[in-house]
Amino acid sequence: MSFLPPLESPQTIDVSLGPQHPSTHGVFRMNVTLDGETVTRLQPVFGYLHRNHEKIAEGNSWLAAMPYTDRLDYICPLTNNWAYALAVEKLAGIEVAGRAEFIRVITAELTRLQNHVAFLGFILGDMGAWGTALMYAFREREKILDLFESLTGARMMCNYMRFGGCRCDLPPGWLDATRKLVDGFPKFLDEMEALLTGNEILLARLQGIAPLAVDRAINGGMSGPVLRASGVDYDIRKVDNYGIYNRFKFRVPRGTVGDCYDRFMIRVLEARESVGILKQAIAGIPDGPVVNPKAKQRGFRPPAGEAYGRIEGPKGELGFFLIADGSDKPYRFRIRPPSLINLTLLEELCLGTKIADVMVILGSIDIVLGEVDR
Amino acid sequence: MNGVLEAIRAALPNAVVELVNNPSPSAQHSLLVDRKDGRAVAEFLRDSLGFDFCSNVSGVDWPPRKVKETVVIKEMVDGVGKEVKTTVERDVPGYLEVVYHLYSIAKKTGPAILRMRTGDRADDVSVPSLTPVWKSADFQEREVFDLFGIRFDGHPDLRRILMWDEFADHPMRKDYAAPDDFEYEPTPHDEILAKVKASTEAA
Repeated sequence: MSFLPPLESPQTIDVSLGPQHPSTHGVFRMNVTLDGETVTRLQPVFGYLHRNHEKIAEGNSWLAAMPYTDRLDYICPLTNNWAYALAVEKLAGIEVAGRAEFIRVITAELTRLQNHVAFLGFILGDMGAWGTALMYAFREREKILDLFESLTGARMMCNYMRFGGCRCDLPPGWLDATRKLVDGFPKFLDEMEALLTGNEILLARLQGIAPLAVDRAINGGMSGPVLRASGVDYDIRKVDNYGIYNRFKFRVPRGTVGDCYDRFMIRVLEARESVGILKQAIAGIPDGPVVNPKAKQRGFRPPAGEAYGRIEGPKGELGFFLIADGSDKPYRFRIRPPSLINLTLLEELCLGTKIADVMVILGSIDIVLGEVDR
Repeated sequence: MNGVLEAIRAALPNAVVELVNNPSPSAQHSLLVDRKDGRAVAEFLRDSLGFDFCSNVSGVDWPPRKVKETVVIKEMVDGVGKEVKTTVERDVPGYLEVVYHLYSIAKKTGPAILRMRTGDRADDVSVPSLTPVWKSADFQEREVFDLFGIRFDGHPDLRRILMWDEFADHPMRKDYAAPDDFEYEPTPHDEILAKVKASTEAA
């Protein structure tokens, strides 16, 4: 007597992946229906880290929302700070101090470097190469976090940007240390590429997996590296020219088919471009105050109105939609989270692939749950 | 936005669309579209004006409020007709609002801002879903439904997304009051306590 079902009958099983899973990058769950090893349905389940950030921000002063933004995408606090500061500056028409613009570019590009480097380590972990690649990546990331710590006092919860500038000036010797790190960074990227990009297993696990067509990527609201991996030439640093990005020469790398390999390689290429921007910014940084003296921080009351400000975050378009009613609190504080919106097409990408590829596809999108659930 | 408004009026003469002025230095003015025309205007924006990227969907709660307006009225003062300025308070009924921020990836323009309003905050809370037009609105409209209680007609999978399914209220509304104990669930222990209470009261 056999308890196994007859082979002819179609059998699907439901698997709950997560919320505690080493490859979901946090507390994230997917209800996956499998036919054998093939995915036939995938439903993401959100909300494990939800703390209604937007409601908290609407109950506090404009400045008090700044440290909360650190906790959105906690890998990249400085770009989160910048996006919020940029939206407020648009809302109230505040000019940013010249030196602060350079500091913002330097810190944002350092953030992008360490995010993309951490991504390289994480996606190798998703493929089963636990440890080695991640340790190499985190060794480099730690050096950048040391710079953040000496500048802002915190490795990850920086709370550094202010309306019209930054909180404090660079400490003595910081620029030299940064220059040294930036000069040595291409060597690390070369080493990482020599280790990874031609690796046979890596190619087998990434190439041709979950290609994303251009029209689907645009309609699905993909942004940042995921959008560009599909071959779209759209970088908000070039399109909006926010901050002072029009002063720097850099290229926008693009993929061709938008498969996992393109999404992987685009991060390596973007990191190389960031190194170029950093070199130009460090060479050109002027002296002066780091915050616009006319900009009010405490007791800040912007006039009634609304503004949507966005930046090219390391994970995609990070935007803040703010409505002011003339009081000392935001009337509406909305975050456009790239991590959440880049998951819109997750099911579409995963259908028909094997269960082991789901982790790699999720890893190639690059999410942080602090931002997905807010 | 004026160009966009004129294009919409030329192509869809029956659509009710008006410009909402934004006094902020950002000068991001928006288009208020009547609910019944929302879908048609969205498709026109995507197909004819090239707004192929729906970046951001936000809900906004506007409870009933009083607006102070200065109006000039004619009054007879000492037998002479005079124009007198007085402040009048006007009641504005409450409504919920959805705001869509649209960009064009092809033309690298934007944002075009689209707003739709519900009839009130209690029963008439439906607006057409724009997820069939822009897939990127999918999770965001679910979030607006979850946190504001706006119903999106035609959404393929309108469920709560961040709060749990059994949750009853809409926490982003301005009049939402958080319960004392979020985690309260009836347990067998409560039944026993109720029985004990009933028996002691009977005795």
